[in-house]
Amino acid sequence: MVRPQSLLFRLHIDVPLLGAVLLTCTMGMVVLYSASDQSMDVVFKQAVRILIGLTAMIGIAQVSPRRLARWAPAIYVIGLGLLALVLVMGIGRGAQRWLDLGFMRFQPSELMKLAVPLTVASFMADKVLPPRPRTTALALLLVLLPAALIVKQPDLGTAILVATSGLFVLFFGGIGWRFMRNCAVLGLAAAPLAWYAMHDYQRRRVLTLFDPEQDPLGAGYHIIQSTIAVGSGGLHGKGWLNGTQSHLEFLPERATDFIFAVYCEEFGLVGVLVLLLAYAMIIVRGVQIALDAQDMFGKLVSASLTLTLFIYIFVNMGMVTGQLPVVGVPLPMISYGGTSLVTILIGFGILMAVQTHRKFIADT
Amino acid sequence: MKSLPTLKDVDRERRLFRVRIIVACVAMVLAVGVIVGRLVWLQVINHDHFTTLSHENRLKVVPLAPPRGLIFSRDGVVLADNRPSFSLVVVPENAGDVSAALRELATIVELDDETLEQFSRELDYARRFESVVLKSDLSPEEVARFSVDRFRFPGFAVEAGLSRHYPLGEAMAHVVGYVGRISESDLATIEPAEYRATSHIGKIGVEKARENVLHGSAGYQRVEVNAQGRVLRVVERTPPVPGADLHLTIDARLQLAAIKALDGRKGAVVALDPATGAVLVFASEPSFDPNAFVNGISRALYRQWSTSTDRPLFNRALQGQYPPGSTIKPLVALVGLENGIREPTQKTWCPGWYSLPGDSHRYRDWLRRGHGHVDMKFSIAHSCDVYYYDLAHDLGISRLHDGLVRFGLGEITGIDVPGEASGLVPSADWKRRARKLPWYPGETLIAGIGQGFMLATPLQLAHATGIVAMRGEVLIPHFLDQFDGGSSDTVVTPEIYRRPAVQLRDPAFWDQAIAGMVEVVHGPTGTARRSGEGAVVRFAGKTGTAQVFGIAQDVDAKDQELPEHLQDHALFVAFAPIEQPQIAIAVIVEHGGGGSSTAAPIARQLLDVYFEDTVPAPSKGADG
Repeated sequence: MVRPQSLLFRLHIDVPLLGAVLLTCTMGMVVLYSASDQSMDVVFKQAVRILIGLTAMIGIAQVSPRRLARWAPAIYVIGLGLLALVLVMGIGRGAQRWLDLGFMRFQPSELMKLAVPLTVASFMADKVLPPRPRTTALALLLVLLPAALIVKQPDLGTAILVATSGLFVLFFGGIGWRFMRNCAVLGLAAAPLAWYAMHDYQRRRVLTLFDPEQDPLGAGYHIIQSTIAVGSGGLHGKGWLNGTQSHLEFLPERATDFIFAVYCEEFGLVGVLVLLLAYAMIIVRGVQIALDAQDMFGKLVSASLTLTLFIYIFVNMGMVTGQLPVVGVPLPMISYGGTSLVTILIGFGILMAVQTHRKFIADT
Repeated sequence: MKSLPTLKDVDRERRLFRVRIIVACVAMVLAVGVIVGRLVWLQVINHDHFTTLSHENRLKVVPLAPPRGLIFSRDGVVLADNRPSFSLVVVPENAGDVSAALRELATIVELDDETLEQFSRELDYARRFESVVLKSDLSPEEVARFSVDRFRFPGFAVEAGLSRHYPLGEAMAHVVGYVGRISESDLATIEPAEYRATSHIGKIGVEKARENVLHGSAGYQRVEVNAQGRVLRVVERTPPVPGADLHLTIDARLQLAAIKALDGRKGAVVALDPATGAVLVFASEPSFDPNAFVNGISRALYRQWSTSTDRPLFNRALQGQYPPGSTIKPLVALVGLENGIREPTQKTWCPGWYSLPGDSHRYRDWLRRGHGHVDMKFSIAHSCDVYYYDLAHDLGISRLHDGLVRFGLGEITGIDVPGEASGLVPSADWKRRARKLPWYPGETLIAGIGQGFMLATPLQLAHATGIVAMRGEVLIPHFLDQFDGGSSDTVVTPEIYRRPAVQLRDPAFWDQAIAGMVEVVHGPTGTARRSGEGAVVRFAGKTGTAQVFGIAQDVDAKDQELPEHLQDHALFVAFAPIEQPQIAIAVIVEHGGGGSSTAAPIARQLLDVYFEDTVPAPSKGADG
């Protein structure tokens, strides 16, 4: 007699993670219906993307972590090549982020969000930990090379996120606190330099964060309108479909990057806490998988991916609530849009692979 | 020590990893704490503040234009109404690159250079967040095409509104006038709050004169708008008070009859009810289509109208100043009686010319062979010039001037539309002031037959005729009969138009002048006897022929030999019935030749229409 759990286990599906993901995605579609002015069409499209993402997730979950570790460098090299290609012949308004493959458009930087932590983890897993300076230096190079190419596009937000996911591997791999402190000091010292290298719109976004009223109809408009949306939501929210800020089109990007503002306006603080709880379930499960993983590659990858997911959530919420600059980071599984959704779900697939392939590893 | 690190110490690595996980978890909890703290700050502590902001965001007060009052004629014909129309408007604030959008729009909506030029002018004055009309009166096709592509033009919108329309067009243009877009100069005269939503204002005629009642008062609505300013929902509404409907004294049937009688000739016909001052007919031909002005006249059409020698924009009835010619002879006769210079039966010898004492210059009578012995009644009936040369000479210019002014000549009548011309009754004072020249006695003579410096508008002639008809009662001519709608119905009583009557020493003097005027029409040798034949109601009249071109007194030039623009103006004044008059008429046909041949038949046609339903009085009707 086969128990359902064992069937799912044989399919390499982690039930708690899947449950939490489905819950979050469902909440996402509910908000999206409101944020898209009750467009069933948009919700349906998003549902299709979720299905594609879930399929990819389950597909990835079938691949054993060891194989992933072997493939990672190849994926990394291909991704790097594509990033270079984007700079040469990419498409996009203002910034070149996309490759037109004819049948679909593809964002190589999205691929790197997974390829970088996988590669760094596979590189570090069989080294002595905490890493020696040589290992650290090489790992940093692996992280900064794609990040630099993405900055060039220019897409500072994604570059930081890609770099972060790689740096998290280093962090979990145990690089020294002193080294991290030195890097931080160096980073702060280089900040004026970075400011100098930034594009005008990027500077404006940073400045706007400190004083949104300075340019209420330009760069500050997003922040002012989204904080109004969030603040007017109150404790209980205005109710589903009743957000005035969002339905009256005051909120820009309200189905994508600013969907959290719609959520806050309509469901209030109580609703946000429910959403945070759903995310917490995913993150707690991710941490569990990382702790339970039997090899260092599995640990590093799952810990890094989990923390990166948290960073996405934090950056998006920080942006919408006016604490962080406006960078194009979607709210995982809630924002409308396919690419980032699929990436995140594939990330969960990797977590599931780490979780479900370990007995298999133990048997061999 | 050197070789040890090369061996992987799995337990140590796991401990290290676990520590890092704990650090990460603590960091995450702290980060969540920051987010939740911020949310509490926004959603709980400052909730009221943001609620207020979100209300202010979505609610906007929009003024509502009141529908303009309609204008009706006395006989209930609509002279001005409002028709649904669509205009393309833009809010510059929301439009972004307006000129780029205009290039795109040109493929959808017909935009000529003139429209664009006017738009760019208005755009300069407009405030960024207020809508500016790009094009009025879109065709249904244009509305449809724009609606399909609307998403491509943020900030642009089709606005449904009401457009002023004048069903009778040219026929009433000089009475009703027209509305046009509010201009800079209009802004100085209006209450801005009341006109926040109004785009048009009366420019001339009754539309301008009665702007305050026609306009109504603006309403307001509180609406929910989106960030693009599109109205989504009306939250609260204070409806505008529509403008009052005006009922004019003008008689559409008579007006059309007068225009028909003018039959394409340039001229004017004014008819008043002398007992009330009500203007029944106010025709000026040629005219123009006032509808062309409502949404901005094209420059080409305006140039055509303003430069045409026919001067269609010129309101001849109100502003046309013509030498009144012989039409003032009954008035001069009255002045003579009043001043005791003439008795009705006193006769003047007319040899066909008149000379001032000690001057060989001959002032000619229109009848070369002369009228013989002429009394007052005959002088009017035959329009004898010599009688009036002599009378004017005996009166002198000062008494002649003072006497004629009493009949409203030389000053505006005070009719209730703007732009009236005052005409001119010359005097020695006037000539010294205006021309810096002394008055010559010969000028008194030609003033006595309504020539020379003397000028009167058709309106003034009808008004003066009305005063004679009413035996001295003076009522200011007016178009407004009553207005209703709005807050309260108001009826305008004729009494407010009454002015102090012209009192003569002996009221019987009136009968002398009137008898002469009756003789003009119904006498066997009256100058307008052909126009009096078969009239249902007997009427009194006076012909006039005003010289345009100073024909040398000793040259016997016939009018027909002159080019048209130098031919005489034909005039005729009349009133009917003789007792209890109901209608006083002045007709002028520019370059029409003789008053009796051209102008009098027009008055007769008008009277026939006016008395159409009147049963002829059997005993007096045949007398003609």
